[in-house]
Amino acid sequence: MRNVAIIMRRELASYFATPLAYLFLLIFLILANLFTFYLGGFYERGQADLNVFFSYHPWLFLFLIPAISMRLWADERRTGSIELLMTLPVTLWQAVVGKFLAAWAFTILALALTFPMWITVNFLGSPDNGAILAAYIGSVLLAAGFLSIGSLASALTRNTVVAFIVGIALCFVFLVAGYPLVLDAFRGWAPQFLVDAVASLGFLTHFEAISRGVIDIRDLIYFALLISWFLLATAVVLDVRKSE
Amino acid sequence: MIKTEALTKRYGTVAVVDAVSFTASPGEVLGFLGPNGAGKTTTMRMLAGFITPSSGSASICGHDVDTDPLAARSCLGYLPEGAPAYGEMTVRVFLDFIADLRRLQGAARAQVDKAIERLQLQSVLNQTIETLSKGFRRRVGLAQAIMHDPPVLILDEPTDGLDPNQKHEVRTLINDMAGDKTVIISTHILEEVEAVCTRAIIIARGRIVADDTPHGLAARSRYHNAVSLQLGRPEQLAMARAAVAALPSVAAVEVNERDARLTALPRDGASLLETLSALTNSQGIVLKELHLEAGRLDEVFRTITA
Repeated sequence: MRNVAIIMRRELASYFATPLAYLFLLIFLILANLFTFYLGGFYERGQADLNVFFSYHPWLFLFLIPAISMRLWADERRTGSIELLMTLPVTLWQAVVGKFLAAWAFTILALALTFPMWITVNFLGSPDNGAILAAYIGSVLLAAGFLSIGSLASALTRNTVVAFIVGIALCFVFLVAGYPLVLDAFRGWAPQFLVDAVASLGFLTHFEAISRGVIDIRDLIYFALLISWFLLATAVVLDVRKSE
Repeated sequence: MIKTEALTKRYGTVAVVDAVSFTASPGEVLGFLGPNGAGKTTTMRMLAGFITPSSGSASICGHDVDTDPLAARSCLGYLPEGAPAYGEMTVRVFLDFIADLRRLQGAARAQVDKAIERLQLQSVLNQTIETLSKGFRRRVGLAQAIMHDPPVLILDEPTDGLDPNQKHEVRTLINDMAGDKTVIISTHILEEVEAVCTRAIIIARGRIVADDTPHGLAARSRYHNAVSLQLGRPEQLAMARAAVAALPSVAAVEVNERDARLTALPRDGASLLETLSALTNSQGIVLKELHLEAGRLDEVFRTITA
């Protein structure tokens, strides 16, 4: 566990070693606000809740999360530092989890910085703060899901741009897996149970369930399994390809 | 102590490292020689646990690198090829990160400062690694490898890209540290082998083709015990050549006309120095220089690996 913490701390510090992290936080906050106030018509709705704010998160994350995760492993392989890390007395899973947690902590920080939004609705009316907390938890889990996918994308290549694009593509597939866009590709030939299985893999259905303020244990298990699976896949890919 | 048994790495059907077996004991500084692509780095990476062997085994201090990797890595200091590091970190923060993962705490933490001092990194401690020169980066990599005072050191091309002064410093460092450690360095600089190694293994096409002391390797040279003469009067060159070639104990004579130099190769290991010295006296050949060659490593290297 200590190694996980040491690796996480190093990784997190590396985000702030360049202006990239601050730039990212700035862009995230600007876009989150633009989406809420202009596209979402926050004032026009006349309701003291953050539903529009959260409803744009999946689409915001779709582009911004792969930008965080793209460097996780692609950079290590490009610079060769992976050879140093993997020959220290550290296990592969400690490295995979430590780096993932660093990226997750960073997105949680980005989300935490949206707190003025919460202050605003509480100033304007009396929202259901429990529902808002649940929605924040939903966003945090959604971000973790995207990050785990991005971690795999980053492990697949030495090129961060490729990792970014592959990350977006994979995240998009998982985001809309519950929608006809993906399901129609399966309906023609696959048995019903498979179609149902694919449908249940979609992020949106689970995210929206939590965002409504209902934290169902099944949704939590879904995210936990999905994240574990992608981190495991990251470790397997790294084990095979780390030296290439 | 390092031990490998039939260590093999195949990519597809190509064996990059093919059944390499050797044992290196404490006190030995083992030089890994070989042309580029011979399998030196792959062998070292398998020893360090970065690449999984296709077959065979390797152990560091008795810990198998494949089945007990963490114990093996704990006894090992490893400098990967090119000394990779995290460029955005400062030297101090980077070395502290390694020390944390190596569990250097309390009194043992002082070893970090010792490594910094040993590699003279004090002046760059607060610089980020990406801004350092190649020589400093290599030294940061070395500091990282030695800070936990490991019984086994594996250094992949520790002096590559360094200037002659830095090369000398690194060699002195390796000699100082060797003591009771087991050290493996890879290099294709042959003078380095003579300067620091107690034993040399030559690898070509993934196989060990020679395993000997640097002196023993040089003795395989056809120049071993050869005598080279530089003439004071170049006009005597043709005459001297004929006279030397006529000696029964001389197998061949090589001539370098530009330097007016003759090299006489002995037949069946015969001793030529006295014979030639007598010959030049009796024939009135004026000498600028006369010396006995120990053997040329580069020539042995080329013969063995070609």
